[in-house]
Amino acid sequence: MVYSLLDENGLCQYYDLSAMPGVTAKGRFIADKFNYLDNAAIQEQLIQFKLGDQVHITFYLPQIHCVSCVWLLENLSKINPGIIHSQTHFEKKEIKIIYNPTLISLKELVQLLSFVGYEPVIHLGGNDWLKKKKVNKKQLYKIGIAGFCFSNIMMLSFPEYLSNDALELGSLRHFFIYINLLLSLPVLLYSASGFFISAYTGLRQKWLNIDAPIALAIAVTFSRSVYEILSQTGAGYLDSMSGIVFFMLVGRWFQDKSYDSFAFDRDYNSFFPLGVTILKEGKEVNKPLSDLLKSEIVLIRSDEMIPADSTLLTDGALIDYSFVTGENAPIAVAVGQLVYAGGIQKGRAIQLEVVKPVGQSYITELWNSPVLKTEKNVEKSFVHPWSQYFTIVLLTIAIMTGLYWSVNDPHKILPAVTAVLIVACPCSLLLTVTFTYGNVLRWLGGRKLYCKNAAVIEAIHKIDTIVFDKTGTLTNHDDTHLEYRGANLTYQEMIAVKSVTRESLHPLSKMITQFLMLQVADITSFQKIENFIGKGTKATCGNFEIVIGSISFLKSMGILPEQEVEGSVVCLAINGIFKGVFKINHTYRAGMQKMILQLNNKGYHLHLLSGDHPTEKENLLKLLGSSIPMLFEQSPEDKLHYIQALQIKGHRVMMVGDGLNDAGALQKSNVGVAVTDQTHLFTPASDAILEGSEIYLFSDLIDYAKKAKLIIILIFILSIIYNIIGMYFATSARLSPMVAAILMPISSISIVALSALLSFAFSSKIRA
Amino acid sequence: MSVIVILIIVSVLVAGGFLLAFLWSVKTGQMDDDYTPSIRILFDDEIKDLKKEKI
Repeated sequence: MVYSLLDENGLCQYYDLSAMPGVTAKGRFIADKFNYLDNAAIQEQLIQFKLGDQVHITFYLPQIHCVSCVWLLENLSKINPGIIHSQTHFEKKEIKIIYNPTLISLKELVQLLSFVGYEPVIHLGGNDWLKKKKVNKKQLYKIGIAGFCFSNIMMLSFPEYLSNDALELGSLRHFFIYINLLLSLPVLLYSASGFFISAYTGLRQKWLNIDAPIALAIAVTFSRSVYEILSQTGAGYLDSMSGIVFFMLVGRWFQDKSYDSFAFDRDYNSFFPLGVTILKEGKEVNKPLSDLLKSEIVLIRSDEMIPADSTLLTDGALIDYSFVTGENAPIAVAVGQLVYAGGIQKGRAIQLEVVKPVGQSYITELWNSPVLKTEKNVEKSFVHPWSQYFTIVLLTIAIMTGLYWSVNDPHKILPAVTAVLIVACPCSLLLTVTFTYGNVLRWLGGRKLYCKNAAVIEAIHKIDTIVFDKTGTLTNHDDTHLEYRGANLTYQEMIAVKSVTRESLHPLSKMITQFLMLQVADITSFQKIENFIGKGTKATCGNFEIVIGSISFLKSMGILPEQEVEGSVVCLAINGIFKGVFKINHTYRAGMQKMILQLNNKGYHLHLLSGDHPTEKENLLKLLGSSIPMLFEQSPEDKLHYIQALQIKGHRVMMVGDGLNDAGALQKSNVGVAVTDQTHLFTPASDAILEGSEIYLFSDLIDYAKKAKLIIILIFILSIIYNIIGMYFATSARLSPMVAAILMPISSISIVALSALLSFAFSSKIRA
Repeated sequence: MSVIVILIIVSVLVAGGFLLAFLWSVKTGQMDDDYTPSIRILFDDEIKDLKKEKI
């Protein structure tokens, strides 16, 4: 279908571009799904700009992954004339579309995108990215201006360094110096403004932050330079000053690299659909989710999420609660029972009556819990105490130098003291930190562990306890296998069961059919079949009377199980005798066992929390040993309180989880790591996102993050050596502009290079 | 020697021109996306011709 659409419009080249074009029609195309986009209030929130018959809109398309994607998306205007222009941003996975609303409606546009395989992820209030962009631009301006001024000042300072009376500069000397002074003004007033503002706000809160000594150094350097220039005693240190500002700005820019295509701060609003279809006097009406009222009737189609706690009105509910409770298999719900928000309907369309408003549902109430209201206490970087000692030591040296020269040669007090302040700028410390964290963030990103910011890496250093969720974290959501437990079935029995299950469309039934298909190939016909929707099937097939379904269904037939039945299973009875159960197991992720044991050996306290039934406990004990506490049937609140209890005991906890049910715990923990198979979907608020396929590396990745501290300390030592050399010149009042101009770039560049080198060296150790 | 004064003023102005070009490019969003344009340049515009050949 997609091919014919492309062919009609002469876009067949799409298939020539890449051997495996697109993830075609990922997420089935359901026409009704986007009906809510006809609602004007929703449209208004999504549209960025509207002028006459041109509407600008930006969508997030997580499926973008190759050249063909870009090509197809940028040629959308050839498929539909209503699309005037489309432009993709590959790294942000965004598409900006300009369309004509008289030719194509927003809904049709989204349908078209979904049809070609790029279903946009739509959430409201998504205009924050506009703000982010502007901040980023300001930083680039500052770097540009500082870089320009720095390089020109440096160039114009060369005659000064080299003039050894041999070269008579005469009046040219003043000309160079005054141009330098002029060029340094934008650096001081614009590029360095951030340091002054940050230092000032720090001081107002009576706290000496790392920017304070930098601001002091910049201010002292500049004023001494101005004094020297005006009193015609020297050329000043303007080159060093602008160099410092430039390198510091580059360092910050390098560290602030963010993963644009990830959203780390999501609450339940991002999971739930934007709009719902309600039934009003027999008609389907679309309205925004926020307007959903109690006792309204909601229509939920297949694969849609239940928006609020409700009562089921129609048959056929088969609800996947894996994101809410961590429960493995879909659960059949009978008419009149309560269904909870966050579940996903797997069967056909159902109708629900809303019992509680969206904000008060079981799952959403977690976010209103007072435990989560408190902000995650942002811990101060270990660099800050250093910077405070640094400032104190620096001031002591400056005072001692002043005292020394006041005895020996009072004329040298001012030059020596200012030289100390100029040379001993903590910028080498800061450069180390910003560049090292920048490198580590990037490398971890390359291994598919995406950290929110550098503070997360520091938080990882202090972790001593790691709590894992089971379903979806240690196991793989998409990879399930079926297991049969009970009395052995004969060949004939298996054929009969298979013939019955293949008649049903129930997903569990389909799985059983596939499971049996591997063992028997034949099929027989059956005489009689009775389907009880949501419960089970009763059929007569040859000599066998087969009853298959939920445990309560078998009990209602008067068949009692002979073995203990737990969790989500399908029970089978033949001729009135209980035979056994089919059980769905999620497979554990590859390398999971090794990773856990590695972490255990490294001395982390490991815990396992699962919302699931304890059916897997034995298996897990075998895999992971008995030293790890395992708790089952944990509600989202239980998980949150568990983390809290660990923290009260003084542990620093990392939570590794995946679903909505872990959201509270992820938020509460010191470092929350969300594990996901599709980085664009269902990642609850977290500090870091890890791709599920990479979990076998988790232990190594944590190690690497910890190495960052070692790297920083090593380079700190180097920078202290530089400082001591500088101090030698400064305290003896022999700091010439040339020494300063040589020392500054050498120390900065060697620090940046060493940081990159060490980060690379440690990373190659892990790869081996 | 005084020609150096003029030369230096010129050189700073030329460098300033590049600075302005950089600031302008940032302002007009040319630095927003540093990857997609490299893909875009590879696309051909020959779709229409292909259709004609078929006919």
